[in-house]
Amino acid sequence: MNTIEAAVPMPSAARSFLDRDYSLRAWLTTLDHKRIAILYALGITGFFFLGGIAATLIRVNLVEPNGLLLNAETYNKAFTFHGVVMVWFFLIPSIPATLGNFLLPLMIGARDVAFPRLNLTSWYLYMMGGLFTVAALLAGGVDTGWTFYTPFSTMFSNTNVILVVVGVFVTGFSSILTGLNFIVTVHALRTPGMTWFRLPLFVWTMYAVSLVMVLATPVLAMTLALIGLERLAHVGIFDPALGGDPLLFQHLFWFYSHPAVYIMILPAMGVVSEIIACFVRRRVFGYQFMTYSILALAVIGFLVWGHHMFVSGQSMYASMVFSILSFIVAVPSAIKVFNWTATLRKGDITFEAPMLYALGFVGLFMMGGLTGLILAAPALDVPLTDTYFVIAHFHYVMVGGSVMAYLGGIHFWWPKITGKTYPEGWARSAAVLMFFGFNLTFFPQYILGYEGMPRRYHSYLPEFQVLNVLSSAGASILAVAYLLPIAYLLWSLRYGGVAGDNPWDARGLEWQTTSPPPKENFLRRPVVREAYAYDEPAP
Amino acid sequence: MNAHAADVNWNAKSAPLEEQYDDAGQQRVAATLGMWVFLATEVLFFGVLFASYTIFRMLYPDGFAAASRHTDMVLGTAETAVLLTSSCLIALGVRAVKLDQNRLAAGLLACTAGLGLAFLVMHGFEYHKEYTEHLIPGVDFVQHGPYARAVELFFCLYYCITGFHSLHVAIGVAAILVLVVRVRHGSFGSQRYTTPELVALYWHLVDIVWIFVYPLIYLVGRSG
Repeated sequence: MNTIEAAVPMPSAARSFLDRDYSLRAWLTTLDHKRIAILYALGITGFFFLGGIAATLIRVNLVEPNGLLLNAETYNKAFTFHGVVMVWFFLIPSIPATLGNFLLPLMIGARDVAFPRLNLTSWYLYMMGGLFTVAALLAGGVDTGWTFYTPFSTMFSNTNVILVVVGVFVTGFSSILTGLNFIVTVHALRTPGMTWFRLPLFVWTMYAVSLVMVLATPVLAMTLALIGLERLAHVGIFDPALGGDPLLFQHLFWFYSHPAVYIMILPAMGVVSEIIACFVRRRVFGYQFMTYSILALAVIGFLVWGHHMFVSGQSMYASMVFSILSFIVAVPSAIKVFNWTATLRKGDITFEAPMLYALGFVGLFMMGGLTGLILAAPALDVPLTDTYFVIAHFHYVMVGGSVMAYLGGIHFWWPKITGKTYPEGWARSAAVLMFFGFNLTFFPQYILGYEGMPRRYHSYLPEFQVLNVLSSAGASILAVAYLLPIAYLLWSLRYGGVAGDNPWDARGLEWQTTSPPPKENFLRRPVVREAYAYDEPAP
Repeated sequence: MNAHAADVNWNAKSAPLEEQYDDAGQQRVAATLGMWVFLATEVLFFGVLFASYTIFRMLYPDGFAAASRHTDMVLGTAETAVLLTSSCLIALGVRAVKLDQNRLAAGLLACTAGLGLAFLVMHGFEYHKEYTEHLIPGVDFVQHGPYARAVELFFCLYYCITGFHSLHVAIGVAAILVLVVRVRHGSFGSQRYTTPELVALYWHLVDIVWIFVYPLIYLVGRSG
């Protein structure tokens, strides 16, 4: 199929994918990747706010050194709830399942993903696993933390570990199937002219992240199954008292859970690359370097899991190797940051809300990344392990990084997804508020960790109170900043202006179709001659 | 992108084209790649169990050797022969489909499914024998002596690995039986053989996993 004429003829009616089949049943049985993306977005937003409520409980409790609200047991359940829900039901699926599902076929000029039925199945698995897990966490709760460390989780905890593990296990298959779908879609369904090195960087990150999901998630699923088995049958796979090996659990768990960090951050990098290119009005600096560094992050991400285990009794030589490999991760990460800043240099920059989110991402990600280097050095990690320094580090990457980028992407593509414009002033205010609220919440935690405050306790020494109160104050600002977009985006659905097909004058294929796109995505098969052609007028 | 489409003449008897694809060649490439990616995830599922096995065998070499002697080498060897033969038959079956020899293909595939069932039955006998010898951890496990813990771990992993593998065999048998019906019905032929090929790929994976299981479970303790 080398000519456009051979493409399957498209129906001529340009009704948008939203403006048809309105029934609930039609939505719940839809095979359209755009609708499935919206189903995911609804679920993910729900889980985000559930996880946020747990975070609120934690921050309110830590206003007082003795704990304002929760006792030790409920505090443990609160942070476990926060971690499990935020990691598996918000961060992992956030960008890939919503923006990725919506945009991946559009960006490569395809009519849908390769396996639409599998795509819908993934959503059902995600919702079943998520609702089941939340039910188990609310009805009794789990006190192991999101990491389920053995032997505590298998032999000592008297909470609903098995139920929660089952929920996460089921959701894992949703990740695997989404990754499989995306890999095949990118390989098989690119439109004529869309060569690998003309792919938008967002598509590259979706491809890389899919590889990680497909190769890492099975390991988590099997490990969780072994936890369930050990709890049920009292056999000592991980329990040293029964001859098992707790270090084996940590190896297996982090073999998934470290790459999982790249599942969270790579898509964010893709979103930010698209936004920056659009609002600087030029091709991202060093496009090919960007693609190679995306792949390098996905590959090296598989080789660094041992840096979570510097104090777990793994061999000193293993720690040294994992430390060096962890430092190597900084190279592709830095290439990306330098390329974004080089793109900005002497650019004709405009500061619309998505751009504010993207710039916020770059700064916060850099902060999280650089403190990651501190933690990658065993000599520094040993005193900092299990302190708030670690908490601050990964929140800078996951919340400051991924969540900022997710919201930036939602704003950037909102006109495309809904056909409506959002109120720009409100959106800019929310982005700025979020940046300051975030820093006020988590920067004090670096200092707290440096001063030795351990994580996962419901109480702390009185001298830590000032910084904890600052952090909680920041969290309340952050909460407002997260609620604002919900309010004005919902408002815009009804009262927002008509967006037009290409409100940002951007260059990706998704902007060449109508807003919202028709069910078939494109009425004429698009042909690609150049990626990020910002020096040419829009087609 | 679709160079493969040029050298194959896709005619009316090819698979119904789903709307996201331009032509049957593209659809076939997508389905095949999807299956390979799925098989990669399977390798990692089993990989966790093999990694655990490796760790514990390094920790308890003597215990694992002792435990391995409790397994039934005769049945294990017979199972290996049965499974390898079935893999050969399904490959011949797919070839027959591609040559439009439907009756032969259906027969070969039916034999494959039969051998898969035979494998499951033999495993059932093994499990029953181990049950009578009190070798099932968590259900009925009685062992004494210095290696009791290691033997328990060995059998725990043995049940995880062979149980998970047998689940795959059972799914494979079901898929092959469906395939037999569809081949007899004339759904496949020289222009349409993606599904049989993908089922065969899956069946070969089940086979390859067993090639690793057999020496690790049955042979490891027999030499010393």
